[in-house]
Amino acid sequence: MSDAHSPTDFDPAEPNTGEDFEPVDVFPDSTDFDLRPGADSCYKCSTCDTNCPVAEVDEDFPGPKFQGPEQWRLKQNEDDYTVDDSVMDCSNCMRCDNACPSGVPLSQMHNTARGEYVSEQMSKTSVEYWRNRILANYRTSAWFASKVPRLANVAMNFGPARWLMEKTMGITSEREFPAFATETFREWWETQGAASGSRERARQARKRRGEPADADKKVAYFHGCYSNYNTPEVGKAMVRVFEHFGYEVVVPEQKCSGTPMFANGMLSDARRHAEVNVSSMTDLVDRGYDAIASCTSCSMALRQEYPELFDIEGIDDVAAHTFESVEYLRIHEDVRDELAAADVEGDLAEEFAYHAPCHARNQGLDRQAVELFRDLDGAGIEDVGDSCSGISGTYGWKAEKYEKSMEIGDEMFEHMEHAEGRTGMTECPTCAMQMEHGTGYDIRHPLELLEAAIVE
Amino acid sequence: MAIESEVLVVGGGLAGLTGALSAARAGADVRLVSYKQSTLRNASGLVDVLGYTPDGDGPLVDPYAAIPDLPERHPYRTVGVDGVREAMALFDDVAPDYRGGHTDANALLPTHGGTIKPTARYPAGASAGLASDDRDVLLVGIAGMVDFDATHAAAHLEAAGVPFDVRGVTIEFPGTLDAKAKVTRYAKLLDTNGKVAVRGRERPARDALAERVNTELAGEGRVGFPAVLGDDDAAGVRAALRERLGADVFEVPMGPPSLPGLRLEDALFAALDEAGASFETGNPVVDYDGDGHIERVYVEKNGAKIPYSADQYVLATGGLVGKGVESDREAVYEPIFDCHVPHAADRYDWFDTEAFGDHAFARFGVSTDDDLRPEDAGGNVEFENLRAAGAVLGGYDFAAEKSGSGVSIATGYAAGRTAAQEAR
Repeated sequence: MSDAHSPTDFDPAEPNTGEDFEPVDVFPDSTDFDLRPGADSCYKCSTCDTNCPVAEVDEDFPGPKFQGPEQWRLKQNEDDYTVDDSVMDCSNCMRCDNACPSGVPLSQMHNTARGEYVSEQMSKTSVEYWRNRILANYRTSAWFASKVPRLANVAMNFGPARWLMEKTMGITSEREFPAFATETFREWWETQGAASGSRERARQARKRRGEPADADKKVAYFHGCYSNYNTPEVGKAMVRVFEHFGYEVVVPEQKCSGTPMFANGMLSDARRHAEVNVSSMTDLVDRGYDAIASCTSCSMALRQEYPELFDIEGIDDVAAHTFESVEYLRIHEDVRDELAAADVEGDLAEEFAYHAPCHARNQGLDRQAVELFRDLDGAGIEDVGDSCSGISGTYGWKAEKYEKSMEIGDEMFEHMEHAEGRTGMTECPTCAMQMEHGTGYDIRHPLELLEAAIVE
Repeated sequence: MAIESEVLVVGGGLAGLTGALSAARAGADVRLVSYKQSTLRNASGLVDVLGYTPDGDGPLVDPYAAIPDLPERHPYRTVGVDGVREAMALFDDVAPDYRGGHTDANALLPTHGGTIKPTARYPAGASAGLASDDRDVLLVGIAGMVDFDATHAAAHLEAAGVPFDVRGVTIEFPGTLDAKAKVTRYAKLLDTNGKVAVRGRERPARDALAERVNTELAGEGRVGFPAVLGDDDAAGVRAALRERLGADVFEVPMGPPSLPGLRLEDALFAALDEAGASFETGNPVVDYDGDGHIERVYVEKNGAKIPYSADQYVLATGGLVGKGVESDREAVYEPIFDCHVPHAADRYDWFDTEAFGDHAFARFGVSTDDDLRPEDAGGNVEFENLRAAGAVLGGYDFAAEKSGSGVSIATGYAAGRTAAQEAR
């Protein structure tokens, strides 16, 4: 046996959580990306493959074990090896990360391979590239649409136009575009007096709760694109719930979290947006704010994907101070007691069929809503099982993926229909789209129920 | 503030799940936290209590009868024969799809390598495969699933002297399934009876598989497949095949990734949910506060340390493979609470030079008092509110004894129950 020093201090059980972890930039020098310790930790148990919703319905998809450690090794060892195009079939659900008993950073490997594939192998004049780019940059389309929401709602779902979009761009005509709100969350926020209005309301709430008026309770809300443009009621619920607990809310400048861009290998787009987000969040974190997101893919991006993929100043600090909104309350407030004493009436006095998004699962939040609400009077909640919804953001919008997306979602639809409730619940906007599309149910966000239960 | 419960179980394997279940059923408010998904999906799904003595005698007929003769520091001696029986009764209650609880005697099950394994409980899907049954067997392998070579396994079983004729064939799974398709792909296809293309015609997968196997069947009373026969509706898949084949159908337990392990994991988490317990996976417990008494532990999420507090704690993080016990060149240690792990000072004494020799590392783990509380080198209890269960315990070699599942269930049960009593 050799007594030589271990060549790396990488800890296979905690690849990206250790204090010594050095984030490495993907671009422009992607060759500097050293994922070898992670690849070497893979002992081929294939547990990741049993978690892959795409491999379960698509035998042509070689699965996360291939896309991650194997593809990475092939790239290092063979000069003429190009990234296998099957990496584009990965939906970036990130379930493999949670599965790996060795802590191999699978989704990081997939994201880097996909980024390399798109930047070096994909034709920039192809329909697929532009289709993916448009889907990935949802925020841009949403920004335009929000200027004329009523017109956009009609135009985006106009049959002949949708037929044309499918034929020319490969965007499925099976789905309905989500409706745009007539007032965005940010517009509403301004009408509420923005940060100064929130400070005043929080101060009153603290007084009511018997807490010190100067208590250090402040959060920066990362609302994401969807609750801004499509479901401002989620953002409003988040603000009202946090103010109820005495938190001052600020809503900093922000762009897309980057989730759809990671999934489409558009890493330079994602980086551009990430720089804005990290920059505005860093300032606030320095001043004692924690970052809160109501969309679990947004919190996942800030917490995990940013530090894995980008070397942006302050990113580790922001990641360590980012939380999913309800999770944050569970840590700092006695939400459980408050809910146990509360009841719900009106249109949220419902039985809910709850689906945990994959990106909530990876943050350990898949049971949170069920466990919080199961003692709430007036409402019921039932977990509809651990299958993926199948839409995975932009994946299910692609014409060639639509059928697979529905096949993956089938198990969830069936469980929803067997559940007592006829209203769905989830934290993820695109999971909500898929739930609605597959069952016709209305879908609500846990924050809306929390608001109905505890905010007077 | 912190996320609070009365009993906090760290670890999501068989020991952690049993511990959380027994505490929840005793009325405690329980939370289970697990770094990654349960490693049960790597397990064969067979539940052993004791197949061989530490000296290698066996296969044992009655594992319970052998427990009083085990070394004094063996976890079974700590919980006692009655403790093991009560724990197995809890298991039988929460895993209704398991068989073998009708007798103390070990069952003999064929493995995918063609050996015969003594085990205490086995999935209903494996029950038609018992080696004590004298009906002839046809083993069917599937090309591309290289972990199960049916011909090889059949030859091994013959050589082991089983009381029946056994034959193995390898077939192509009907349709155009890729040779490297995932086990979940087969299971899903059979679960949903999805369409496969056979000679240009679309056929339901169950029918097509049965028709293909029918051409190989030569009067055998039972047919064994690798364990991919469905996930959510495994019983339905077996029943459909049995009817179309006119022969009993069983699954041969496989290595990872293992569907029987997945199904057991699902059953145990469902039972935990029903018992009202909370659980979450995805992030590791990395640290704790307290001195002699654990105040709270910290779960790490990308640099954020999230506090979880409880009255009582159960440590069920696994052994060397599960990373509940770790080693470097100087020492062997338990990483979360730094509990003492007895081991020789010279690391060349940690192993035997023979591959299948008597390895000290196989028995590495914490040592405890009679109440499963880890003890330091001087024999003092390290934390009055921490109990250990499963493979993190030392003093036994589950691989050689075939005792892994039983020790996890028995010690998980005892630790969970006592924790609940203390927390009340």
